Amino acid sequence: MLIATEKKQERDALANFILNGESVNIDAEPEMPLLWAVREKAGLVGTKFGCGIAQCGACTMHLDGQPVRSCSTPVSMAEGREVTTIEGIGGVDGMMSAVQQAWISEQVPQCGYCQSGQIMSATALLRDNPSPSDDDIDAAMKGNICRCGTYTRIRRAIKVASGQLEPRSEEEA
Amino acid sequence: MNDLTPGEKERSKLAKWSRRGFIGAGVLAGGGLLIGIGVRPGNPIGKLAPKVAGGAGEQLVNSWVKIDTNNIITAIVPHCEMGQGAHSVLAQMLADELDADWDKVRVQQAPTDGSYVVTDTARMFVAPFTMNAADWIEPTWNGLFTQVARMADAMLTGGSSSIRTTGQHSMRIAGAAARGMLVGAAADEWGVPAGEITTENSTLFHKASGKSASYAEFATAAADQPMDQTPALKTPDQYKLMGKSKARTDIPAKINGTAEFGIDAVPEGLDLSYAAIVRPPVPGTSVVSMDSARAKSMKGVLQILNMETFVAVVADSYWQAQQAANTIGIEWSKSASPIKTMDDQYAAFAAALDEAGETGGEEAAKKGDAQSTLGSAAKTIKAEYKAPYLAHSPMEPINCTAHVADGKCDIWASTQVPLMARSGVAETLGFDAENVTVHHPYLGGAFGRRLGVDEMTLAARVAQATGYPVKVIWSREEDTQKALYRCADMARMRAGLDGDGKLVAFDHVFTQRHDPAEACVPAIYNIANTSVRHAPADLHLPFQAWRSVDHSQQGFFIESFIDEAAHEAGADPLEYRMEMLKGSPRHVAVLKKVREISDWGGETPKGHAKGVAMVESFGTIVAEVIEVDMTSGKPKLVNAWAVCDAGYVMNPDGFRNQIEGGIVFGLTAAMYGELELVDGAIKQSNFHDYKMLRMDETPNIEVAIINSGDVPVGGAGEPGLPPAAPAFANAIYAATGKRLRTLPIAKQFA
Ligand code: FES
Ligand code: FES
Repeated sequence: MLIATEKKQERDALANFILNGESVNIDAEPEMPLLWAVREKAGLVGTKFGCGIAQCGACTMHLDGQPVRSCSTPVSMAEGREVTTIEGIGGVDGMMSAVQQAWISEQVPQCGYCQSGQIMSATALLRDNPSPSDDDIDAAMKGNICRCGTYTRIRRAIKVASGQLEPRSEEEA
Repeated sequence: MNDLTPGEKERSKLAKWSRRGFIGAGVLAGGGLLIGIGVRPGNPIGKLAPKVAGGAGEQLVNSWVKIDTNNIITAIVPHCEMGQGAHSVLAQMLADELDADWDKVRVQQAPTDGSYVVTDTARMFVAPFTMNAADWIEPTWNGLFTQVARMADAMLTGGSSSIRTTGQHSMRIAGAAARGMLVGAAADEWGVPAGEITTENSTLFHKASGKSASYAEFATAAADQPMDQTPALKTPDQYKLMGKSKARTDIPAKINGTAEFGIDAVPEGLDLSYAAIVRPPVPGTSVVSMDSARAKSMKGVLQILNMETFVAVVADSYWQAQQAANTIGIEWSKSASPIKTMDDQYAAFAAALDEAGETGGEEAAKKGDAQSTLGSAAKTIKAEYKAPYLAHSPMEPINCTAHVADGKCDIWASTQVPLMARSGVAETLGFDAENVTVHHPYLGGAFGRRLGVDEMTLAARVAQATGYPVKVIWSREEDTQKALYRCADMARMRAGLDGDGKLVAFDHVFTQRHDPAEACVPAIYNIANTSVRHAPADLHLPFQAWRSVDHSQQGFFIESFIDEAAHEAGADPLEYRMEMLKGSPRHVAVLKKVREISDWGGETPKGHAKGVAMVESFGTIVAEVIEVDMTSGKPKLVNAWAVCDAGYVMNPDGFRNQIEGGIVFGLTAAMYGELELVDGAIKQSNFHDYKMLRMDETPNIEVAIINSGDVPVGGAGEPGLPPAAPAFANAIYAATGKRLRTLPIAKQFA
């Protein structure tokens, strides 16, 4: 297959950070949002683009453990810091985190597009607050839009993950 | 995969293919049973039969079921998975009738790369390497797949009906017939009566002799067995998988970042560039001139393309492309549309309604004599309602990756209509359809937005111009402002009440009628005299079906107005509806159940109130009660209860998820949804001004299911939506006495 190779311009900027535990060197100018650096340059596409203006939360990543809207966070802000994406929150060997397991037991996703961001927000919430109230859940999750409308399931899954509710059974009618 | 040309086909090795009626069975070369399933006449798709079937008895094939020699059962269906869980439910239906091992059943979407609709490679897909279908299918194959799949994509995946049609008419019958053939083959081999053979977990048993065998062992021999075209299907008491909330198979990949959506496509071996686009702010206009000097000098920018109807900026990254696109100054041609603002649009609607007057317009439904009954009624009320334009706003922005080289085009896109995309792209590029391959990963939401092909043809043009592969991403702003929309509408209704307050005449005239045709008729109620009229008026923005289509406006108009009639009669709005449902036990049961679970009429906290609405759409009856809290002076959604009768629900949890989603979608539109026009262009641009309900604004939702029959007749994706807006507005009326005849609601309490 023939692909024009001369089209690429020379790059001068390099961004360095720790992505899901591994040190990466990315060819991206400093103002490029972390979202695009990770998706297009590092090739991890689990984090999604939804709005580009910090309104929807689809792009949520953790920067040194804190949830950030990566569409509106320049890659320069991640310099030398730890970036965690949806690909990096499971346990070793493909094990799922408690949050992910609850997302399965409560059958949360519909289209699934927002769910990386939802899970990143919920993971940060539960790490800081192991038994969140409804108000805590509202406050931590209202930055994440789900166009499919899975909010009531997300709320339930957070309560299941925090041991406040029993998981759903497949056999129920 | 091995591409054979017609001349190379090894006719001598033709596998046996029998066809009787609408299912046929054949041997998979290499062993195994293949069943092709057609759509029976009488289904909506049946209209196509005369056009593509070659002769009497010939049927359309739209799904396949194969049982491999490794005991894996695969169903290949024309429906895409866009979050509705259709694939998993279809698998449940097939596996249950077949008594299959649930863990060994797979459902795949038929691919729409060139190969699926082309005879030879289609066979390759169904049975890699050696499958040969018999000649009978030959003359119709191309037309058949193109047309059936087009219909299937456009109508079935879009119409809440994957389960209704493919599930009920294909999966269950194929499963039961295949089971019968497997039993027959085992009975012959073992020399025992078929009636003594039992099946479970993809295994055949003969108790008396102690014999057992996996389905795989008899899959090939089964193809020689007579096929029962009308096999006995299980009754609900025999269901093992149907009616159970089996976990969806697509979910695990959606919680760890591995599910691939269209926007994630990174085709192997292709060095992608990225494009941002700028389309005309006012529909139908084009580029007159453009100033792109600054964009050209920006880092990473590779090419700026003036394509007349849009401008594309190609760069090393999407972000660079979008940054550059934002700096381009474009002068667009003048629009011929006289509509510049929503006031203009509503004035156009009003003019059409004025012209229709009290009796004019196209008759949509008529019963008795509404006009004279209105004249003699003890009381009459009338009202005018409005609904705005809405965007679909699927969470995954519109995008398409395209590569055009060597006379071939590959595209990767999240689409509800892959085959239409294929022919659309082929036409745009002037290619033969077989030189276009559409790869379609998961859809990040659709709601009707992905029924069009614009983004695919646009990306193909960009990729043709560049010559290298390009991923085109529409910014959220592009999709909000320059796409296709749920249409605005206006309606005028009149009701006549007799001395007891009973609704005896109903007249309704409105301007927009798309689909389904019956959405404008309050057919669930016994109203002696009804007149429903359509007075068409032009739309400024292009139309696209939007979740539940006409029901989204008509549900609001009709169910709000019925509420007005109830209050005029001094009746409880729920009991008023109940009175009108007499003789319709399914509807009565639904309404009674929602009365019960919502504690209708019970104590509510001060400032709270409940509203009810009931709509039957896509075969499912849904009644909803919404509770609002008006204590702050602004509406807060507290609770939503929904009771649904879809006949029989195959996967209750999956069904509930869809209904919950429909309620949130409907309440989002009711609370916030509105596109306004400024000089003919849409004002709202992104989620800050085109708002969505969020976690803290979403009510508790409880969904109850009534299984009134033993067949699934109703859809799940759309029917939850239509009652949400009117129940919400009716609750606000109950709390405040303020009747909301226009949407959205939030700004009326700002
Ligand atoms: S894409 Fe970052 S918040 Fe929406
Ligand atoms: S699951 Fe589709 S947007 Fe949340």
